[in-house]
Amino acid sequence: MKKVMMGNHAISYGATLSRVQVIAAYPITPQTQVVELLSEIVADQKLKAEFIKVESEHSAMAACIGASSAGARAFTATSAQGLALMHELLHWAAGARLPIVMANINRAMAPPWTIWSDQNDSLSQRDTGWMQFYCQSNQEVLDSVIIAYKVAEKVLMPVMIILDAFSLSHTYESVDIPDQALVDKYLPPFDYKYKLDVQNPHTYGGLTTPEWYMEFRIKMHEAMDQALVEIKKEAVAFKKVFGRYYDTVDPYMVDDAETVLVTSGTAASTARYAVDQLRAKGNKVGNLRMRVLRPFPFADVREQLKNAKKVIIVDRDISYGYHGIWAQEVKSALYGHSQVPVWNFIAGLGGRDIFPETFYDIIAQVGKKKKPDQELYWVEVKK
Amino acid sequence: MAKDRKKIDFKKMEELPPMVMSLRSMAANPTGSWRNLKPVIDLSQCIQCTICWKFCPDAAIDWIDDNPVINLDFCKGCGICAEECPKKCIEMIKEGK
Repeated sequence: MKKVMMGNHAISYGATLSRVQVIAAYPITPQTQVVELLSEIVADQKLKAEFIKVESEHSAMAACIGASSAGARAFTATSAQGLALMHELLHWAAGARLPIVMANINRAMAPPWTIWSDQNDSLSQRDTGWMQFYCQSNQEVLDSVIIAYKVAEKVLMPVMIILDAFSLSHTYESVDIPDQALVDKYLPPFDYKYKLDVQNPHTYGGLTTPEWYMEFRIKMHEAMDQALVEIKKEAVAFKKVFGRYYDTVDPYMVDDAETVLVTSGTAASTARYAVDQLRAKGNKVGNLRMRVLRPFPFADVREQLKNAKKVIIVDRDISYGYHGIWAQEVKSALYGHSQVPVWNFIAGLGGRDIFPETFYDIIAQVGKKKKPDQELYWVEVKK
Repeated sequence: MAKDRKKIDFKKMEELPPMVMSLRSMAANPTGSWRNLKPVIDLSQCIQCTICWKFCPDAAIDWIDDNPVINLDFCKGCGICAEECPKKCIEMIKEGK
């Protein structure tokens, strides 16, 4: 069934179709509608779930950790300061190997106080052991929630589904709501081997000496390597049932492109419009949309960028005193494998719009240069 | 009282569960030497309410023959049992006295 809905409600539908059993969340703009709709769905008894109202995002994640430890399918959603407040427990959820799924609506970090989009909130949580899937359409948001549980429960690592504030969270698009029976078949109930059980009591997360700590970390890393295999496998399996395909990266006219614009989130759809316009004028440009940040798809990135003469990474985020975070990730994948020059542009922080003109400006700035003459470039900033 | 002090050990990495569970690392880590105050229970006043047993953050109180017994190998002397005892029949006494 098709329905016109905002990105936030696409998350709620994704969670409902996944038959989540425990939802614990604290409201924050621009995430609020996610849990607002879920609370209504639970109250109307259309979803058999516990909806736990909590006093902070830290508590929301703590409740999800408890629920997931008991074998329940747990869900939450947040943004920016809320995600930052969860930070300690993000490590805990991953270290305890709990397949929690959370939506994060990208909102720029304060101060200065803001509610608009950029990716610094989620990218700051890069090293917590959470998978991160960046979406560009409401359909992808809904589908990604279902796929996230499938992958998470296979490898026992949590997943963050990420979408831009307002340009996706509050933008209405036509979304196909998959048939519940098909989702049930694709995503069977979660049977957690290590769950809390009064008949077989255990303590979890106890003191671990240097003798074994490192091996637990190796296991997490191996689980992430396996997650990459599962994501690629589920891309095919999901397409077979639902007709839509979600890989780690999403290329657009990359094969014969001399210049590849690397973007993530909704900036990709604008980049693709710009690519069409630039191609019409004979400029061979392509777009590579990064969908998965962790586990990082090294091989896919190298493969997609192997023919490029120039790579331009447009970041809606910045690591102060370094590069954009995506630039640092993509560059590290290319190092030792490719001699292609890489430019890094920072655009659209704090919800500043990224227009097709933004990309024309970037392409013009790179021009005929053979290599970058600065570590990073700011685009469309006031002089 | 005789608690199993053996910590669970592994020979190989494959034996490890994905997350830390019931390693019993604290069982092999007696913390009684941290203590400078020792709880002493006056059993003649004790009403066997089990509150001290429930509140002990180190599970260092055993319940033996309907009475609380402090496990001094693990008791850190925090005094929570004495604070919570409704009959005030647990006294914290300076170690070495």
